[in-house]
Amino acid sequence: MTAISERAAPLARPARRFSRSWLGLAPFFLFAIFFIGAPVTYLVLGSFQNNEGQTTLQNYADLATPSIANAFLITIEVSLVTAVVGGIFGFLLAYAVILGGLPRVLRDALMTFSGVASNFAGVPLALAFIFTLGQLGMVTVFLKNFGIDPYASGFTIYSKLGLELVYLYFQFPLMVLIIAPAIDGLRPEWREAAENMGASSRQYWQRVALPILFPTLLGTMILLFGNAFGAQATAYQLTSGLIPLVPLLIGNQIAGDVLHNPGLGYAMAMGMVAIMGISIAIYTLLQRRAERWRR
Amino acid sequence: MKRRRGSIAWWLVFLLGVLYFFLPLVATLDFSLKAKPPFAAYTSSLQDPKFLGSLLYSLVIAGVTITASLALIVPTAYWVQLRVPRARSLVEFMTLLPFVIPAVVLVFGLIRVYSRPPLPFTHTDIGSSALLVAGYIVLSLPYMYRAVDTGLRSIDIRSLTEAAQSMGAGWLTILWRVILPNLRVALLSGAFLTLAIVLGEFTIANFLARPAFGPYLNLLSQSKAYEPAAVSLISFGLTWLAMIAIAFLGRDTRARIEIGGAH
Amino acid sequence: MGFLELSHVKKRFGAFVAVEDFELITERGEFVSLLGPSGCGKTTTLRMIAGFEYPDSGSIKVDGKEITNLPPNKRNVGMVFQAYALFPNMTVASNVGFGMRVKKQSKDAITKRVGELLEMIHMPEKADRYPYQLSGGQQQRVALARALAVEPQVLLLDEPLSALDAKIRVALRNEIRAIQRQLGITTVYVTHDQEEALSLSDRVVVMSDGRIEQIGSPSEIYNFPATSFVASFVGTLNLLAARVVDPSAGRLAVEGQEIRAAKPISGARSGEIVSVALRPESISLEEGPEGTNRLRGPVVDVSFLGSIVRLRIRLGDGPTVSLDTFNDPNLTLPPIGEAVTVSFPPEASLVLDQPAAAPGADVAAGD
Repeated sequence: MTAISERAAPLARPARRFSRSWLGLAPFFLFAIFFIGAPVTYLVLGSFQNNEGQTTLQNYADLATPSIANAFLITIEVSLVTAVVGGIFGFLLAYAVILGGLPRVLRDALMTFSGVASNFAGVPLALAFIFTLGQLGMVTVFLKNFGIDPYASGFTIYSKLGLELVYLYFQFPLMVLIIAPAIDGLRPEWREAAENMGASSRQYWQRVALPILFPTLLGTMILLFGNAFGAQATAYQLTSGLIPLVPLLIGNQIAGDVLHNPGLGYAMAMGMVAIMGISIAIYTLLQRRAERWRR
Repeated sequence: MKRRRGSIAWWLVFLLGVLYFFLPLVATLDFSLKAKPPFAAYTSSLQDPKFLGSLLYSLVIAGVTITASLALIVPTAYWVQLRVPRARSLVEFMTLLPFVIPAVVLVFGLIRVYSRPPLPFTHTDIGSSALLVAGYIVLSLPYMYRAVDTGLRSIDIRSLTEAAQSMGAGWLTILWRVILPNLRVALLSGAFLTLAIVLGEFTIANFLARPAFGPYLNLLSQSKAYEPAAVSLISFGLTWLAMIAIAFLGRDTRARIEIGGAH
Repeated sequence: MGFLELSHVKKRFGAFVAVEDFELITERGEFVSLLGPSGCGKTTTLRMIAGFEYPDSGSIKVDGKEITNLPPNKRNVGMVFQAYALFPNMTVASNVGFGMRVKKQSKDAITKRVGELLEMIHMPEKADRYPYQLSGGQQQRVALARALAVEPQVLLLDEPLSALDAKIRVALRNEIRAIQRQLGITTVYVTHDQEEALSLSDRVVVMSDGRIEQIGSPSEIYNFPATSFVASFVGTLNLLAARVVDPSAGRLAVEGQEIRAAKPISGARSGEIVSVALRPESISLEEGPEGTNRLRGPVVDVSFLGSIVRLRIRLGDGPTVSLDTFNDPNLTLPPIGEAVTVSFPPEASLVLDQPAAAPGADVAAGD
C-alpha cells in the first residue's frame, strides 16, 4: 500500500501505445475477474435474494438480529484485541532482535520461525493450544502443581480469551515479519542526531521514531485485524461454534443443514467485506495524513 | 557499536516470544508421545494410507498452485514495474483483496458460480481440484505479489530488459532467461509461503470436498487421540524445513527478501 | 588553556585499536580538521567528542569542563552527519527547531531563532518543505542550521560534503567556513579530502591507523610534511628512492643522476637508500639556473588537467617523476618520447624518515 515513486519512465511510449501496455496485464485482470470478481458479484446478488429466489432486503435487515449483531461485535472485538496485542508484542519482539543488542543469529532464527508460525492455523494450531492450555494441558497441569488452577478461576481455552490467546500465535509472528524492514529502516543517525540535540530516549521515540513508524504500524495492524477477522478454521476447530464468530455463522447459513439461508450468509459476508473496506478506508485516510513527509 | 541500556528487558521480551512459540509445540510433542508404545502415534500415522494420500494430494496441489501463481504474478509484476507503473496501486489493491474477503466467503462464491452450466467445475474431480487451485492462488496473491515485487525492485529490470532487447531477445526469452533467474530468492520465499498456506488450509478444501491434508487432519482429530498431535508436528516440521531452506538458499545473495506480508 | 581539549584519548573495538593516545588542544573559535583515510580513527574521535562512543581512557574537556563520560544529550555539542540525518517526518522548520523544543523553550523564541537560522543558510522560503523535497546540498545546510540552533559550544562535522556533487561541495564548503567565522564557533571537521581540510582549516590533524601523524597549519602540513604518510596523503607527490652520496653535503643520487637537498641528511650514512619527496608543482620544465637540481629523461605521458598540465618523465628504466606546469595556450609541450631536462631547487627536495616502499613510486593521493 506504500506509494512508490516511479522515476519518469524513459521507456514511456506515446499515448496511442498506452492501451496496448495495459493489455500485458490482461491475464491478471481476467483471473481476478473470474476468481475474485465473479464469486463476489454472485454473493452480492445472492445477498438480495431469499430462499425462494425473490429479490429482498430482508437479509440485510436480518443482520440487525441480536444474535448476528452480537457475532459481528464479538468478531470485531477478537480481531481488534489480537491485532493490537499481537501488534505491540510483535513490534517489541522485532525491535528486541534488530536494535535491542541481541545476537544476530537470534534475529535470523526469529524471522524464519515467524514465517512458519504466521501460517500456522487451523487444526494443528487449535490442537496445540488444547494440549497446552486445555483442561489437561501441559501448562495447566504445570500451574496446578503450584496450586494455581486457571480453570478454577473461570478460564477456559474454549472461551473468547482462549481464542484470543490462540490467534495471537499467528498474529504476532505476522507483525514481526512485516514490521522488521521498517525497524531496519530506522537510521541510527536519527537517534544520534536527536541525542545530540539533547533529546532523551523517550523524546526520541515520541517525536522521531514513532511518527516515522506510525504509517507502517497502522497498516500492519489493519492487516492483522483482517487476518483474524477472516480466520475460520482455527475457531471452528477450537470452539466448535461455541463462540459465535461471523465466519462460522456464514458457514452454518450457507452449508449447514439446520439453518439453511444462503442469502443471509451472503449478506453477512457482505457485512464482513464492508467492515474490512471501512477499516482499510480509515487506514488510508490516517496514513495519508501521517505520511505527508514520505515521497 | 553503542552501549545499549535495557538490553536485559529485550532479552526478556525475546524469551517470552520463545516461550509463546515453543510451549504449544512442546505440549503437542509431549502429548503425541503419551501413546503406548512411545512412538505408536507416529508409526501408525505414517502407515495410514490416508495420511500419505492426503499429504501427497496437498503437495501436488501446492506444486500446481505455485507454478500457476508464478506464471500469473511474475509477468504481471514485471509489466507493472516496467511499462504501466500507473497500474501499480490498482494491482496492489487487488492482490490485497484476499485479506478483505474471508476464505469462507470466497469458496462459497466459487462454488455458486462454478457448480452449474456453463462452468460445471465441481461436477468432476479434476474440475474441483482446479477450483481449489484457483482458490489457493487467490489466497497466495498478497504474499506472492509482494515477494515478487520486492525481488523485482532489488534488481534493475529496466537495464536488464534493455540489454536483452538490444541483443535481440523477445519478451518470453527475457522473462524466462533473464528475469526469472535473477529472482531466485524472491520466488523461493513466495513459493514456500504458498506451500505453507496450502498444507495448512482447511476451509476451501473442506467445502470443495477435496481429499487434502487440512480436512484429513480435521477428521483425524475427531476420531483419534494421539495421532493428530503427531501429524500436526509433522506438518509443522515440513513447513519449517521449507522456511529454513529459504533462509539457507537466500544466504548467498545480498538482497534480503522480506518474507511475506504487505509493505 | 584550550577550549576543547582531548588528552591521552584511547579507544579500541575488541582487538582493533581505533584511536591511540589522541592529544589535541584547540583554541576558542578555531577550525580544526581531522584528515586521514577511512579507518584511521578520525570519525571515532569525533564520535567520542559527541558522546556516541566513550574513550577507554583519557579525557575530553570543553571550556575546562570534563565531558568524557557524559551521555550525548547532556553535552552541548552540535553535530552534522555525513548522510544529513534529517528527520524525514518533520519539515525544515521543525527539524531546525527540534533541539529547542526538546529543551522546552518558548514557541516565540523557537520561531524567531529558526527564522534567523534559515535566513543564515539562505533558505527562508523552504521552512515548510519536507527533507525529501530538498536537494542534498539543501538538506545538509538544514542539518547545519539544526546543529547550530541550540547554540552548541563546539560544532562537529562528519564528512558533511562527501555525499554531494563536486560543484555544490565547493560552494557549501565556503558557506560552512563563512558561517563558522561569523559565529566564531569552535569546530572539528572530519574529512578524507585533503583539499577540503587544507582550504577550510586553521589547523589540520593528519591521522593514520589511529595515531596522529602531524598537527599543523595547512601550509605546514603541505610544505613540510613530518612523515612520508603525510607527504603522500596530502597532495600529489613524487616519492623517489635515492642513494645517499654525501650526507653532510646533502648529496643524493636518483637513478644515477645526482641531486642536492637543502639541508644535510641527518642520521643517514652514505650508500643508504632514503626516500625523497618532490611536489609536482615545484619541478619546472626548463634547465633552470646554475645550482638547481636537474633530472633528465623521456616524456612518457602528458595529461591535461584544466588549469595545469601534468607531464611524466621516466628516469633510467624505472621510476617516473610527475611535474605540473600552468596551462597556457601558447605553451608548446614536448611530444611523448622526447627527452627533456627538468629542474627544481634544492629546497624542494624533502628527505623523509623512511625509505620509499617501492622505488620511484609516484604516489598520487587525494584528488
